[in-house]
Amino acid sequence: SAGSCHSVSSSGMAGADGDDSLYPIAVLIDELRNEDVQLRLNSIKKLSTIALALGVERTRTELLPFLTDTIYDEDEVLLALAEQLGNFTMLVGGPEYVHCLLPPLESLATVEETVVRDKAVESLRKISHEHSPVDLEVHFEPLVKRLASGDWFTSRTSACGLFSVCYPRVSSTVKAEIRQHFRNLCSDDTPMVRRAAASKLGEFAKVLELEYVKSDIISLFTALASDEQDSVRLLAVEACVSIATLLPQEDLETLVMPTLRQAAEDKSWRVRYMVADKFSELQKAVGPEITKNDLVPAFQNLLKDCEAEVRAAAANKVKEFCENLPEDSRETIIMTHILPCVKELVSDTNQHVKSALASVIMGLSTILGKDNTIEHLLPLFLAQLKDECPEVRLNIISNLDCVNEVIGIRQLSQSLLPAIVELAEDAKWRVRLAIIEYMPLLAGQLGVEFFDEKLNSLCMAWLVDHVYAIREAATCNLTKLVEKFGAEWAQNTIVPKVLGMANDPNYLHRMTTLFCINALSEACGQEITTKHMLPVVLKMSNDQVANVRFNVAKSLQKIGPVLDSNCLQTEVKPVLEKLAADQDIDVKYFAQEAISVLALA
Amino acid sequence: VSSSSSSSLNAEKVDGFPRRSMRRARQRRSHSSSQFRYQSSQVELTPLPLLKDAPVAELHDLFCKKLQQCCVLFDFLDCVADLKGKEIKRAALNELVESVATSRGVLIEPLYPEAIKMISVNIFRTLPPSENPDFDPEEDEPTLEASWPHLQLVYEFFLRFLESPDFQPSMAKRYVDQKFVLQLLELFDSEDPREREYLKTILHRVYGKLLGLRAYIRKQINNIFLRFIYETEHFNGVAELLEILGSIINGFALPLKSEHKQFLVRVLIPLHTAKSLSIFHAQLAYCVVQFMEKDATVTEYIIRGLLKYWPKTCTQKEVMFLGEIEEILDVIEPSQFIRVQEPLFKQIAACISSPHFQVAERALYFWNNEYILSLIEENCQVILPLVFGTLYRVSKEHWNQTIVSLIYNVLKTFMEMNSKLFDDLTASYKVEKQKELKRERERAELWRSLEEQQERRLQSLGEASRNQKNLQEREKNSKNEPENSAANAT
Repeated sequence: SAGSCHSVSSSGMAGADGDDSLYPIAVLIDELRNEDVQLRLNSIKKLSTIALALGVERTRTELLPFLTDTIYDEDEVLLALAEQLGNFTMLVGGPEYVHCLLPPLESLATVEETVVRDKAVESLRKISHEHSPVDLEVHFEPLVKRLASGDWFTSRTSACGLFSVCYPRVSSTVKAEIRQHFRNLCSDDTPMVRRAAASKLGEFAKVLELEYVKSDIISLFTALASDEQDSVRLLAVEACVSIATLLPQEDLETLVMPTLRQAAEDKSWRVRYMVADKFSELQKAVGPEITKNDLVPAFQNLLKDCEAEVRAAAANKVKEFCENLPEDSRETIIMTHILPCVKELVSDTNQHVKSALASVIMGLSTILGKDNTIEHLLPLFLAQLKDECPEVRLNIISNLDCVNEVIGIRQLSQSLLPAIVELAEDAKWRVRLAIIEYMPLLAGQLGVEFFDEKLNSLCMAWLVDHVYAIREAATCNLTKLVEKFGAEWAQNTIVPKVLGMANDPNYLHRMTTLFCINALSEACGQEITTKHMLPVVLKMSNDQVANVRFNVAKSLQKIGPVLDSNCLQTEVKPVLEKLAADQDIDVKYFAQEAISVLALA
Repeated sequence: VSSSSSSSLNAEKVDGFPRRSMRRARQRRSHSSSQFRYQSSQVELTPLPLLKDAPVAELHDLFCKKLQQCCVLFDFLDCVADLKGKEIKRAALNELVESVATSRGVLIEPLYPEAIKMISVNIFRTLPPSENPDFDPEEDEPTLEASWPHLQLVYEFFLRFLESPDFQPSMAKRYVDQKFVLQLLELFDSEDPREREYLKTILHRVYGKLLGLRAYIRKQINNIFLRFIYETEHFNGVAELLEILGSIINGFALPLKSEHKQFLVRVLIPLHTAKSLSIFHAQLAYCVVQFMEKDATVTEYIIRGLLKYWPKTCTQKEVMFLGEIEEILDVIEPSQFIRVQEPLFKQIAACISSPHFQVAERALYFWNNEYILSLIEENCQVILPLVFGTLYRVSKEHWNQTIVSLIYNVLKTFMEMNSKLFDDLTASYKVEKQKELKRERERAELWRSLEEQQERRLQSLGEASRNQKNLQEREKNSKNEPENSAANAT
């Protein structure tokens, strides 16, 4: 290729594109061949620049053949190339010439590295749409056939992803050939190819005529679903969703259900896991009757599976499954078939199962209504709220709002409040944090009176938590509370407590006062800020801890806009000037920053 | 589902740390088993008479009954369940092992299907999900198979069965077939190292005795490796399978078949890309060197393959690669060395300039190897110019003193090898540097003007398309106008 390259360079100077074609292709190709991989990669990533410099004709006749010939390179470079070529249509002269891109992409679709191959297939799929129907049959489809009958598994794997894009646009003879090739790959000797075919089965089924779905796809589906390798069988479950959607209801029982039943009881947990994971999609695809008769018992079994992974996957689907049950029998099915299994899962031995359940169980209350929720679900929520595993508790707390909608906050808080108070002091700070995040919601719905009585003290206690993240969240929480309950409430209940902390011996608590003021000043308004907060801040400028002093400067900067200009000039300015002359470099820095931001210089 | 994922996301977001501590804190079952899963009704076992007390005429019959008894599976997760039954089975298995190992004439044809059935029922199972999804074989304790007290004896029996002087491959091949072997190979993914150890010996015996299965076994191992490399990156038994292959390669006939070369180039070499290379690197390097010793012409494939997959960010792997290269160079033929010296020493030079001192050190150790040194000396004219620039530069700027002194030794060795060439290179070092800088500037210039040109073209293209659009608009308007006016008029 070096020889051909030189001959090109000698003739290449005479530019077909006039003045713009300044560069002999050899110079550009040298860039694509640089010894340093990184430089080579950079050049490939700018392949469009090179193509543009060469013009469409020389890109087709010189650049693409070079790329096709030199496809042995580092995978990283090949990946970049495969990606570039997917966007190259205009650079070779538009859809009329798009087939010129096929040879290099074909080679890329056969390399070993999966990411390169996948990218090449993606680009091929993309440019397939830019082929005219004639070009598709003359150029594209033969490529698919070559790949499908390649020696090494890589090219056959790649072929699997290309059938569905060309099938709808070719003649019926070619269609028959494509179906035949797909059939061959589904029974390929190599499990890698069977896996690729199985994973594209659903996609391919969607573009086939219904008669061929019934005749071809079903037999392939059945065969793949009973493959000797579980990695193939589990992919058939995915295809099952698409296939079931395509078939008329009356055919499902005979064509799909035997295989699906078998998959739900497969001896490999991976296959059962897949069934659990796809359960909602399967449920929608097979419709209400089959769901009632077949999927309910299957779901019960998955919820009781011996493998925790399968139980967790099924537990995750409890809410969706119940939601999608046919309305006429929904409640009965849930109460008699699903709820008993759910009750058992609440005390499962595996924490992932419990945690999966906790993340969806609250959703059942909307479906079951107030009375059932109080009688049957609340005990389960309470049990999970006391679970030893923090993730379970967290998932319950994070979903309180769905229950709230059903049974009302009063009922909820009466039963859950003790548990919430307990969690507010949980040893795990993440749990405390989750509770804090729910405070504004609870406060808004409980009303001021109830809040002051039960929760206010908790909110204040968090301000002196030993974990910064909690103090920060508590500060933010106060702002939201003030937004809900108003400035007057703030002045009476929280501002005195916050300002009181300014005299705390612990400098971290003194800083919390400042942080709270930063957060609250705007919500509290000018009067409270000027009258109550500012004096405290100004006084703190004499603090012996430098961190407190520079936070005073930051606070002044923050609350400055709330104050009137007279106050700024007479009270704030002198203090900031004093701080700007502080011995500590950080205090000076922030004081100066505040002076300039507030335009007090 | 969405609420669950968002809530777990929230929890994740809180401090930005991956929740490793949570994972570690997970309560662990120390044992796991997927064996006792699909047996609904439990059979009560009753002890049978001892094999050694049985009259000769009844021996085979009793042996057979014991095999059938051993097909009953027990729940080992519940360690107190059915202790009596477990003990009866254990004793029976022990007897079977003992009998097949010591007495002659026990293994008669009707026993083969019964024995293979007993083995299949016990060992073939879907392995349980890993307790620890990011199981790190180097750091974490493996999950041990709970049913090992029985399973071990079954494996022991299988091994003795295969090794028995009475063992008849022609009878066994009817039962130890492709399907059987495939299931056996899948078990190599077991997390329990004791199980993999048995499997290794057993598969080796099967390969040795059942010739008809050899090609199939090799093909399936290929598939397992390819899946490991390109799909899952997870398989616990890679080291054990490689160990078996090491001795299989040793027995390959010459000239090497293309199937075997393909295995080297498309499977063994890409195995070097695995994240968990350290676990099986020794066995892998052994296989690679075995190939070279069989047929020196594969050397170039190997070296170029290793260079292609040379680690870019993982220094620990880089050290392993260098170790393997040294093993290869130890046995390389001088004629093969010449074919690869150029790319190879470019890579070695790159390693020497690695800021990680272990990488640099490992590369510099090559000069302590007498055979490698002799190869370098023979090809000094080629190699010295390749590495000189790096040695010269790194000797001046490496942070680690050990590396600096090792480089001085290497430079000294080169000076003694060929002082003329050394002096020439020293003299031209600065000039070369200058040239390099100039080339870099030229590159930058080239790209700058290319990009300018692109800008210009895109601009003119944009203008052209705007003009065209305007033109079309105008045409449209002029077409519409008369219609509009006509409509208005009516």
